[in-house]
Amino acid sequence: MHNFVSVDIAKCSGCRVCEFMCSMEKNGAFNPTKSRIRVVRIYPNTNAALNCRMCEDPACVGACPRDALKQSEETGAILVDENLCNGCGWCVQSCEFGAIIIDSTATARMCDKCSDRENGPACVEWCPEEALTLTTTDLISQKTRIEAVKEMANTES
Amino acid sequence: MKAYTGKILYIDLNERSTRLASFDEDFAKEWIGGTGFGLKMLIDHLKPGIDAFDPENPLIYVSGAVSGTMIPCTASKFGVFAKSPATGFLGEGYSTGQFGAELRMAGYDILIITGKADKPVYIWIDDDSVQFRDASRLWGLTTWDTELAVRDELGDQNVRVSGIGPAGENLNRFAAIINDHYRAVGRTGLGAVMGSKNLKCIALRGTNDIEVAYPKELVEHCKDLYERAKGPATQKYRTLGTAANVLTMNAQASLPTNNYQSAQFDGAEKVSGELFKEEYIVKTQGCSACPCRCEHIAIAKEGSEFEGAVARIEYEPLMAMGPHCGVDDPNAIIKGIELANEFGMDAISIGIVVGFAMECYEKGIITKEQCGGLELNFGNGHAMIELIKMIGNRELIGDVLAEGSRMAAEIIGHDSYKWANQIKGLEMTGYDVRGLKTAALGYAVSRRGADHQRHGSYGHDTSGAVDRFSVGPERGPLVRADEDLYCILDSFIICKFTRNAWNGPYEELAEVYTLVTGIPMTAEGLRLAGERMNNLARLINMREGLTRKDDTLPYRTMHDPIPTGPAAGSFVSQEELDIMLDAYYADRSWSNEGVPSVEKLAELGLSAYADIVALAR
Repeated sequence: MHNFVSVDIAKCSGCRVCEFMCSMEKNGAFNPTKSRIRVVRIYPNTNAALNCRMCEDPACVGACPRDALKQSEETGAILVDENLCNGCGWCVQSCEFGAIIIDSTATARMCDKCSDRENGPACVEWCPEEALTLTTTDLISQKTRIEAVKEMANTES
Repeated sequence: MKAYTGKILYIDLNERSTRLASFDEDFAKEWIGGTGFGLKMLIDHLKPGIDAFDPENPLIYVSGAVSGTMIPCTASKFGVFAKSPATGFLGEGYSTGQFGAELRMAGYDILIITGKADKPVYIWIDDDSVQFRDASRLWGLTTWDTELAVRDELGDQNVRVSGIGPAGENLNRFAAIINDHYRAVGRTGLGAVMGSKNLKCIALRGTNDIEVAYPKELVEHCKDLYERAKGPATQKYRTLGTAANVLTMNAQASLPTNNYQSAQFDGAEKVSGELFKEEYIVKTQGCSACPCRCEHIAIAKEGSEFEGAVARIEYEPLMAMGPHCGVDDPNAIIKGIELANEFGMDAISIGIVVGFAMECYEKGIITKEQCGGLELNFGNGHAMIELIKMIGNRELIGDVLAEGSRMAAEIIGHDSYKWANQIKGLEMTGYDVRGLKTAALGYAVSRRGADHQRHGSYGHDTSGAVDRFSVGPERGPLVRADEDLYCILDSFIICKFTRNAWNGPYEELAEVYTLVTGIPMTAEGLRLAGERMNNLARLINMREGLTRKDDTLPYRTMHDPIPTGPAAGSFVSQEELDIMLDAYYADRSWSNEGVPSVEKLAELGLSAYADIVALAR
């Protein structure tokens, strides 16, 4: 089971610090449009940051007409063959979370969990609200179950 | 130089043409950004003595020195400048949200808009492409609907929009420019300047990198800065927000109540920050690159007359439409702020103007008929909301009130100027300075009219550092130093909510300035730049006719004592104000008439503007 960066929508303040830090980490300059995690604000008060969720059987890999994308068995991250990718954008269109961007070199980019970074993903480290965590679906459901049981226990007593 | 784009975009609405100019490192270092850029552009591009609604009045947008970076609470700040239709002096306002970062990412530090379009237009800036687009379909829409309509029209939900609602269109003298729904260039009526140009909004999309000079060092530095920006220094803003002021101001008798007739409000508990947090705030969210987040979003309750209204709660609008109008219904306050945002009106001024009208009504000077049948007594939340709509639409008495309290008092007459609480034509804000006398000086000399944001000098009074009920010449240097610092905060542009998170603060500001821009800077260099800006602002205002007599306070502040509480009996006499003004002018090396000396101008590199001083003599 692969881990991925996931947002707690109740905590996300829409501040876009994750976008600033991701773009600095990956491109050496501030530019939210190049961030691999992107913030959405819907009025009046909904905020969330979305990025690659390292899906099982990812749609983007299947959508690529040039077989430029494959998924790492070890980490679940999508690996882009820069020689094959021509930035056509079919992967962008196939991703349910809008988690893929095409950069200025016409290459698909998505979250790689900052796998080569000592302190883990930059966005998780910098999120001022601790709304981002590197987690798995199993841990998310576990947390939800614990909260649900606590809630039920409170209601019982 | 890094971070700065070095680009000035001139936009001429007469010809529907644009021209690009550039500035260099020397200019950047001298004027920093934000306030400095705005004032410098205004003095160089404003033809002296023209009407604020003259097409040649330049509407100037500026980014901050560190806009578009990760410096806490600065990424999205921007400023707007023009001659103010409210005061006739310099107009100035700052906003935040998402628009400021986008401006710089689009490739510009300064926009200068002149002329008037022959029919409604909006400006669409997509990096280096600039288009003039038809806004006939948008004219009449609220600011919120405009933002959504422009995004739909352009097919891009990340477009940032800064624009006006009906109030700006109908030249309301306290019209605001709204961006990102809840954020406003609120004060001095700049929305009406935009409206006078037949300009509905500016829509922006920027995709360029913001490079900084020392990225690794900056990120490292920001680790600690972020911790401080999330720590005790900003706790108030993150928890209850500025609305926490309601109870503290009430306790010390500085909470404007019933049009400043009182400084304590019986219903304070019903509209406190604590109450809002407990019952009305549904979400707290933040601006771009902000680790503090202070946007406390409130929704009016089901079953109330104003069910479903949405507003960002801050002390100033809450004060203006709450205690200041005697209104203790949070739902009415939320609705009032929502209307101010939608119509595009200064959410402070609208409340102060409504309170002024309520006192006129209770004194029998304006009638129920003039108010469309409203019973405009203090405390009537329903009437307040209806009057706000009438002002936004310029209907009946609303047409007079849309001129702002100073001009409305001239039109209404009957000594109503005695309770029109404004300075230089700009409505008062949420500090009853009769018992905050350092703040009183700050308000009297503030370059854009009644204002706490150009100095923050109330801090000396409320902290107990000085005796808030007496005056002395020591207040002059206090206010002068506050003003110089605030110019620098507004040039970076640092959110003032984080002002106490900075070490120095000039020392750390200078260090960060260099990390971002690569331009060497010292604490003293920044302080001097702040002083330069305040002197330049004085010259702009003098050129528009400002003299010592304009550095004054509302009639009520100087004649009617605070009636109750710990500040009972306090007011600011002319003699007290003169003691402080003399000291302030002297500390600035200005004459007794408030005119900068030629030597001071030379010291600050402003000799090119010495002719303004010569004309004043």
